[in-house]
Amino acid sequence: MTLESKIPSGPVHEKWDRHRFELKLVNPANKKKFDIIVVGTGLAGASAAATLAELGYNVKNFCIQDSPRRAHSIAAQGGINAAKNYANDGDSIWRLFYDTVKGGDFRAREANVYRLAQLSVNIIDQCVAQGVPFAREYGGLLDNRSFGGAQVSRTFYAKGQTGQQLLLGAYSALMRQVSAGKVEIFPRREMLDVVLADGRARGIVTRNLVTGELESYSAHAVVLATGGYGNVYFLSTNAMSSNVSASYRCYKKGAYFANPCFTQIHPTCIPVHGTYQSKLTLMSESLRNDGRVWVPKEAGDKRPPEQIPESERDYYLERKYPSFGNLVPRDVASRNAKDQCDQGKGVGETGLAVYLDFADAIARDGREAIAAKYGNLFEMYEKITGEDPYVTPMKIYPAVHYTMGGLWVDYNLMTTIDGLFALGESNFSDHGSNRLGASALMQGLADGYFIIPYTIGGYLAGTRLPDVDASAPQFKEAEAKIREQVDRLLSIRGKRTVMDFHRSLGKIMWDHCGIARDEQGLEKARQMIAELREEFWENVNVPGDAADFNQALENAGRVADFMEFGELMVKDALDRKESCGCHFNTAYQTEDHEALRDDENYCNVSAWEYTGPDSDPVLHTEPLTFENVELTQRSYK
Amino acid sequence: MSSKTINLTLKVWRQNRKNPAGDLETYQANDISTDMSFLEMIDVVNEQLTEQGIEPIAFDHDCREGICGMCGAVVNGRAHGHMPETTLCQLHMRHFKDGNTIVIEPWRATAFPVVKDLVVDRGALDKIIQAGGYISVNAGGAQDGNTIPVPKENAEKAFNAAACIGCGACVAACPNASAMLFTGAKISHLALLPQGKPGAKRRALSMVRAMDELGFGNCSNEAECEAECPKGISITEIARMNREFIKAAFS
Ligand SMILES: Cc1cc2nc3c(=O)[nH]c(=O)nc-3n(C[C@H](O)[C@H](O)[C@H](O)COP(=O)(O)OP(=O)(O)OC[C@H]3O[C@@H](n4cnc5c(N)ncnc54)[C@H](O)[C@@H]3O)c2cc1C
Ligand code: FES
Repeated sequence: MTLESKIPSGPVHEKWDRHRFELKLVNPANKKKFDIIVVGTGLAGASAAATLAELGYNVKNFCIQDSPRRAHSIAAQGGINAAKNYANDGDSIWRLFYDTVKGGDFRAREANVYRLAQLSVNIIDQCVAQGVPFAREYGGLLDNRSFGGAQVSRTFYAKGQTGQQLLLGAYSALMRQVSAGKVEIFPRREMLDVVLADGRARGIVTRNLVTGELESYSAHAVVLATGGYGNVYFLSTNAMSSNVSASYRCYKKGAYFANPCFTQIHPTCIPVHGTYQSKLTLMSESLRNDGRVWVPKEAGDKRPPEQIPESERDYYLERKYPSFGNLVPRDVASRNAKDQCDQGKGVGETGLAVYLDFADAIARDGREAIAAKYGNLFEMYEKITGEDPYVTPMKIYPAVHYTMGGLWVDYNLMTTIDGLFALGESNFSDHGSNRLGASALMQGLADGYFIIPYTIGGYLAGTRLPDVDASAPQFKEAEAKIREQVDRLLSIRGKRTVMDFHRSLGKIMWDHCGIARDEQGLEKARQMIAELREEFWENVNVPGDAADFNQALENAGRVADFMEFGELMVKDALDRKESCGCHFNTAYQTEDHEALRDDENYCNVSAWEYTGPDSDPVLHTEPLTFENVELTQRSYK
Repeated sequence: MSSKTINLTLKVWRQNRKNPAGDLETYQANDISTDMSFLEMIDVVNEQLTEQGIEPIAFDHDCREGICGMCGAVVNGRAHGHMPETTLCQLHMRHFKDGNTIVIEPWRATAFPVVKDLVVDRGALDKIIQAGGYISVNAGGAQDGNTIPVPKENAEKAFNAAACIGCGACVAACPNASAMLFTGAKISHLALLPQGKPGAKRRALSMVRAMDELGFGNCSNEAECEAECPKGISITEIARMNREFIKAAFS
């Protein structure tokens, strides 16, 4: 099968308008004849479910948590980009487009990114109308701040709780449609398979997490918005239930997986401090607006920060990248933090941390002004570490945060399975090999509020879909397979817990497929993962029953998928013999240790096709062309 | 972060299908690092229980950074434990002493039936929002965001009310298991914004009615909800809701 991206022709700024005009429409009276399943209630899923219902479709919406409002999007802190140019500082749709393509190190589709930049302005309007309490200036107008990889202020925010407020906006729209009878919500359900009929996605099988029952649901189309897979590293900033299972099981049914190795390691997180640790906490990138990153100039300098005089500190980002300073993109900031620590300049007990210092900002603007901007983040830091960042500089270190990879989708956000769409972090679309801050929220909402409502109409109007209901044999088959896996997991009763296996997998991934990669390490990882997976299926201890609320069993299923998926990531990383954005292979770097792309051979999207449990996946590539932004070596100097 | 370790005795509520009435079980939690969060402490205990062939303690959690509202338990009689404005996932073991006994129970309220151990069903909170906790606007129809100026002060007040994470601690803390703080916060958030004005009347009446129908109790001004709210939502939101309700009922 060849990958057809279905990018409309014409100049980049006219493509979306033209496409919307050309897409077939579903007659308003006919919309109620279509059932749509939306899996996920994060920004992408909730906005899609609500909007499709507003249009008249019948929507079933699923999530793992006990309420749609708790999807992982709730935790986003810093903000959402939009090319409003309210700050009058030179922003435009074109500049947001340019920054995102460049920030992604030229591994995203121009047409998708341009559309995203266009829609960014509508998102803000929509959210304001819903009552999202964005930060405002004294005149009552919307306030903006800056994020990494940009020289303009285009980030809209609600203190350090932007994701929460945006998600509650989408959730409220969703609840409105529930009360209108157009959306039925299914919380505490985990999708464990997608079901195909005549080659098209026609439903899903879920496990009811309260009763353990397997349930089948049919529909005319399935929309996946199940988030990212950063938890393959065990420790990440993602919520505990974030997983790859939903997308991975679609991959096994024929959806190609794109760029699985593109993982974003966020530079500003609270460092690891113990083996019992269950997750890492992000300190929003917005802090880099006012915080200054530094380490001691001398390796091994263990003096407390206040005893290190100004002249003996190295503000290495400001020194190396004078024009972007502390606001370089995430991949650059993370790599530099690791470099400093590798040189023995890391601080804190473990030596795996750098300082993020607010002393100058507090002296300049006053404590109150800093508290107004970052108060909740400072409090969170203090709760976790027991140290007061108003007095002592924060200690930060990079942590796994976001996955640019995801299910391959065409311009309509449809995967290689007809009728299966993927939105938000679960697709690979717009961020190339490095996402800029405040762009994931934008993408999730663009996908859900403004793209899928059009493109799904084009699919439904142009496709003959015979009746399929949930008692069809395909559903029974899928249920039987899931039951078999559940029973197998519960029957092993080995010696190691699920969490223990997950931790081991995470360590392999972090050590060998993390901030910096090399061939030898990746080869080693491949072998280690295969061994670990084998041990898992012989020695895992999953307590409890299938027909019950059983969190160990839930996790076991997710970890089992991570084990297979980790291998795919490593394979993808091995295959891409270049460095780009977050994929940094030490064999390919410039003299200044920046990522060195190979545009001749790798200016493309890697899309992997599953071919069975005992055979290697097959690689397909989608070439990328750059007609509007010149392919150049990124520079933030 | 200077960590040390402590030993604790846990008395944990266990309730499942085989034991529908539920009771407290005692477990030892030894060598607990004071840098751990409360939930990480339970993780460690669960690992040990699993190794001993005992089913681990079921508890809800997801973000583990105090924002999703998924976690929560009554710890020594206090919702989310004794630290002010702290969710259970953000409560750290440095606030406990070696040798402490800790009693851990689920939220208790008629409207929140227990699912298992510390896990409860809070679906009733979604139903309150369904009754009107939204502004009626479809995607695509909005005007430019800056055509609706909102005085900074009002925007901030609205934000403070909107900061509710829907964890249900207010209900668990209230002797009447009332959801007034939760409902008041949403009504206030929307009432404080110009966008929320058109639907304000219907919203106040319908949400308050839903709250009553769902089995939540009345407010008798105990203010326990405010004291236990991990996000510091103030009972002035309840007063504002009452004003909105009265305005709506008498016009
Ligand atoms: C700490 C943190 C801070 C961030 N801050 C920012 C920021 O400031 N700005 C920004 O732009 N981005 C930020 N991001 C990134 C951004 O939050 C996410 O990329 C985005 O919210 C993802 O949204 P989503 O809708 O795609 O998925 P999610 O919000 O992850 O939602 C996934 C949904 O799918 C459901 N689900 C998953 N698997 C299954 C299954 N098998 N069955 C059923 N349901 C399932 C879940 O229950 C959930 O409802 C941040 C991320 C983190 C971790
Ligand atoms: S786990 Fe999300 S608030 Fe505690």
